[in-house]
Amino acid sequence: MTLLEARNLGVGYRIPGPGLFSAARMLPIVHDLSLTLDAGRTLGVVGESGCGKSTLGRALLRLIVPSEGQVLWQGEDMTTIQNLRRRRAEMQIIFQDPVAALDPRMTLARIVSRPLATFEPNLSRKEARARAVEALRQVGLSADFADRFPHELSGGQAQRVGIARAIVGRPKLIICDEPVSALDVSIQAQVINLLMELQEKMGMALVFISHNLAVVRHISHEVMVMCLGRVVERAPRNEFYARPLHPYSQALMDAVPEPDPRREKGRVGTALAGELPSVLNPPPGCVFASRCPKATDLCRQTRPELREVAPNRQAACHFIEAQ
Amino acid sequence: MSVDVLSPETAPPRGTSTLQLQFRRFRANRLAMASVWLLALIVVSCFFGPYAFPFTGEDADFDFISAPALFQWPHLFGTDEFGRDLLVRVLEGGQVSLTIGFLGALVAGVIGVLYGAVAGFVGGRTDGLMMRTVEILYGFPYVILVILLSLLFGGGNLALFAAIVFTLWLTPAVIVRAQAQSLARREFIEAARAGGMTNTRIVLEHIVPNCMSVVIVYGSLLVPEVILSESFLSFLGIGIKEPQASWGNLISSGTSAMESDLRLLLLPGGLLALVLLCLNFIADGLRDAFDPNDR
Repeated sequence: MTLLEARNLGVGYRIPGPGLFSAARMLPIVHDLSLTLDAGRTLGVVGESGCGKSTLGRALLRLIVPSEGQVLWQGEDMTTIQNLRRRRAEMQIIFQDPVAALDPRMTLARIVSRPLATFEPNLSRKEARARAVEALRQVGLSADFADRFPHELSGGQAQRVGIARAIVGRPKLIICDEPVSALDVSIQAQVINLLMELQEKMGMALVFISHNLAVVRHISHEVMVMCLGRVVERAPRNEFYARPLHPYSQALMDAVPEPDPRREKGRVGTALAGELPSVLNPPPGCVFASRCPKATDLCRQTRPELREVAPNRQAACHFIEAQ
Repeated sequence: MSVDVLSPETAPPRGTSTLQLQFRRFRANRLAMASVWLLALIVVSCFFGPYAFPFTGEDADFDFISAPALFQWPHLFGTDEFGRDLLVRVLEGGQVSLTIGFLGALVAGVIGVLYGAVAGFVGGRTDGLMMRTVEILYGFPYVILVILLSLLFGGGNLALFAAIVFTLWLTPAVIVRAQAQSLARREFIEAARAGGMTNTRIVLEHIVPNCMSVVIVYGSLLVPEVILSESFLSFLGIGIKEPQASWGNLISSGTSAMESDLRLLLLPGGLLALVLLCLNFIADGLRDAFDPNDR
């Protein structure tokens, strides 16, 4: 069953015009993006910094209002959903900076139970607190934590509280916006395993946004690669990691350092050369053309459409069949 | 696989909020704490002291006109040229000045905080419009405004109070707006939105409480400012009118008698100076305690 669908989604930010009195301009971040996500599945979204991953995540939840296209939640257009504020219980988000995501003046019990005041207004204060303590326990924090404040927590504990707040309303989808990139490696594994375990127990879908390919490989069912606001490749996890098709995906894979220092030393670097094109003034061709080792004039003139290149696999490159 | 429940020893024994920590640090500041006690003593004696005397500050005692300060009952600090007891008048004047000081700072603070929080949180064109308004009001000449307002309200304490609040809410608004602007970009605000909170509730539950430490520090500086501007206006004759006493008009009449009798100036002036010193030490202590740099 399709839980979430985006159709030709475009998102941009308004920025001031070039001159003092010129009109505001739109800085486009995400272009013409379509995706579907089934209940209980995990979609990994990868891409370099500034490619629009986080903006996409927020636009899917309508925390940022998209400038084009539409988002369908269980087949219903997000703009027409009645009482969207209360329905937000079904779609939650966890953040990159776990400490900044918690109000420093509130106790953990209050942070976690606050959404319930909107989602389930009939709940008494006592019941809401009990639910919050239960959610904290589910993420591995004992009841003793309920009356603590965020500054008394470590990063990993704070991220657990963020997850507890997300699951307290029993969501069907959680957008994970780089949830582990601010954490130590050992804590990263704990948080990832916690998310996978909660997904198994509660059956929610995840959109896992990250630039860490290894983490995405661990948690995702499907992988979507973004470059400058556009999807360049989408594939099931195993197929993607076995053989990434798009040159940009291949470059991302190559950029992952080898853990063994002796092998890392001998590795032939394929660092990307070339400039990122200006977002305000994008070139007509492929978004990756300026840095792609295989780029031809065709790439610089015509943008390749995202198309089916193998069963369940899509990519946006002129040359994939030629490979 | 099961979740490993973290042991409670990893965190301190009980939850201590930042506010609690900050007040603990404030209590360690001896000068500030002494100021708190001295200020409390002055406030209590201003409000209850006059009841110890058999007359009010407006009763003239014709047996003692311009009596010197001989520390003899009942006129401990002597009387003024109308035979009114100086000490009682100063205490009663303190009631007016302190009430206007604290109330004015409170009202100006609340208006400023809400205005600034909304402007900083909403941002964009609304913010621009709201802050330009503040800047225009900043440019308005203060004394002319007070004269206009006292014409409007027909003079009296209300006009004075309105004028003081009207000019003093601007700075807290600017300070809180800057704070709210940086808070609005924090992720917990986004989390609140994802939790279905309305913008009004976000401002009231997240933005305003997080501006509180700045506001408390600034508020403690605002109180002396209000007392001073009340004194200043009463000194000019626009504020509190005779026979009602305030520190401002007591100092004013004391100045005119300065040549012959210094004590008429020294008692109200000294008390005002003492209160201002106390409030400044308290503000200083609060600023030290709330400084986020040495958390």
